[in-house]
Amino acid sequence: MKRCSYDIVIIGSGAGGGTVAQELSSLCRDSVRVAVLEKGPKLRDEEFTGREVEMATALYEDGGGFLTAEQTMTLAFGSAYGGSTVVYTGTSLLPPQRVLERWNVPGLSFADVEQRARKYVAENNVHLLEESLLNENNRLFVAGCRQLGYRVQQFPVNLKGCRGSSLCNLGCPNQAKQGTNRLQLPRAEQNGVEVVTRCEVQRIENKKVFARVSDKAEGSKGEASSWEAGDYEIDATAVVVCGGAVNSPALLLRSGFGRSLPRLGRGFTCHPAFIMVAEHDRPITNAVGHPKSFYLDQFAESDHFLLETCMYFPFTTAKAMVGFGGEHSRLMRAFPRLQMILVLACDEVNEHNRVTIGGDGRPVVHYRFTREAIHGLVRGAITSAKISFAAGAVRAHVPVSHSPTIERADAGRLDLIAQNPDFKPGKLSISSAHLQGGCAMGTGPTDSVTDSYGRVHGVPWLYVADSSLFPNSLEINPYLTIMALADRVAETVRKDARALL
Amino acid sequence: MPAAPRATMPGATMEKSQSVLAPVRAIFRAVVVTVVPDAKQLDESGWRALEALVEDALAIRPPALHRQLQLFLRVIEWLPVVRYGRKFTALGDEQRSRILLYLQDHPVERIRCGFWGLRTLALLGYYGRPEAAYAIGYRPDARGWEAMRR
Repeated sequence: MKRCSYDIVIIGSGAGGGTVAQELSSLCRDSVRVAVLEKGPKLRDEEFTGREVEMATALYEDGGGFLTAEQTMTLAFGSAYGGSTVVYTGTSLLPPQRVLERWNVPGLSFADVEQRARKYVAENNVHLLEESLLNENNRLFVAGCRQLGYRVQQFPVNLKGCRGSSLCNLGCPNQAKQGTNRLQLPRAEQNGVEVVTRCEVQRIENKKVFARVSDKAEGSKGEASSWEAGDYEIDATAVVVCGGAVNSPALLLRSGFGRSLPRLGRGFTCHPAFIMVAEHDRPITNAVGHPKSFYLDQFAESDHFLLETCMYFPFTTAKAMVGFGGEHSRLMRAFPRLQMILVLACDEVNEHNRVTIGGDGRPVVHYRFTREAIHGLVRGAITSAKISFAAGAVRAHVPVSHSPTIERADAGRLDLIAQNPDFKPGKLSISSAHLQGGCAMGTGPTDSVTDSYGRVHGVPWLYVADSSLFPNSLEINPYLTIMALADRVAETVRKDARALL
Repeated sequence: MPAAPRATMPGATMEKSQSVLAPVRAIFRAVVVTVVPDAKQLDESGWRALEALVEDALAIRPPALHRQLQLFLRVIEWLPVVRYGRKFTALGDEQRSRILLYLQDHPVERIRCGFWGLRTLALLGYYGRPEAAYAIGYRPDARGWEAMRR
């Protein structure tokens, strides 16, 4: 066991950890030692090839196919220098006031979170893509929504020099996406923060962090860790956990904090989602251009769903469609003519849905689809198909229909699907990339894990700063809200540092 | 137009003793060509590339899941004997499809999940190959708009 010590250890380097690292890096000027421990590798720019399986294996936990305990949903989250900010599409929405007010966390005001989020809007070059860079996959969504009178909106995105490779979810090959791997972490390192990759934290005990650094496997992508492979015991005066909504609660549970924090791991939500694919009678620009430029959230409150444009890769698309055989293959061969819409359910906290740990200490996510989530996915799929038909699609693949392929001439029967949907968990390919909750903010140990500043109840040296803080679903893409909360936690650590360090 | 990319085969050097598919290879291939009929066109090197992707995906999963997969494939092989008097690998396309549809829509969630997992592996192996992506017209380019407008 190798030993070392730091004043502040940050676990994870995504939207939460990267932000905390940058915001605490000014302390390095006063000889405060700060380390970021990241489980995943740091890839060199030339290693972003855009090849689906290769990049998913390199950048995602379990290659993007982390299965829930029920095996009815996969979770996609990054495991790399920059965490999930390397593999998302850069969509950057301000937190919705109605949701933060509903969260009702004492001490957490919408105004404060919004103000902090705006700081990262500026820092990350968040803007609307110019019209000439929008592809037809996105334009058709807009046209269909407008035809139906829906209030479609454009996503602000955090891009700089986007060339339109469409490969955002496999890591931008042009380094255009301004994730923490491009901005916050390099700045933190310049200021003196040490970032250690391939370093998996196993447990935290009384101001000690136990971690294992792995060798770079032969043939794998990324740089070797700056630390020698082996087990480490790291003394830390303060620890900030930023491993995300699956790994943060799991780490704290492995470390025994569940005994005093009964809500640890509870309150997991994730916007379960699937893809609605529609076929046009001509090729459209879909595998070029930014894939996720528009969204529709007007049904979030009334019908519990969001729609977003999307464009996925061959295997992901094949998996997303239900069924198999000739019809499935025919639709796959129509790839250059496919329009895709992501249907996301706005799920609410449910007692069953939580993170626990298995006998080997690994995270286990328990998730059942609530009636509201099923309603959202069904209504969202039907609405997506209507949008595609309004935009000129000749047929749509509606995964919750008993006969998934619906011809344009039969569009009138779309609403009938809602009366008798074919929603069978285990048959549908449902996945999620908006993982939230598990270390919720609140007032005390009976209702939450941390206070509104991310301080773990009863453990003054331990903080959480990631999407696990969310006490309920955010109902939008969570990136900027995570950064805003992480900024708030970092400020708290800086204030507490006087007493702690 | 860029040339069709070649598949990398990181699992190609895997020893036979480590292979999850080796003991059930014939059944797995019969499932794959039912899920993706285009897989009938694959030559032996195509199959090796497909199976290497699947083996790599399985390598990060626990041994218990490997055993479950092998058991599930053996169940698929013998299940049709009751109905058709022949094993899955001896059936025609239509009968094979009926068996898989039965599993896909099975009333027991665990069985549906098992089939979903198997179907996912078949699709991963087939469409995860760069050649397959190219064949269906998926040709992204890191240069994005610049490459398309050239």
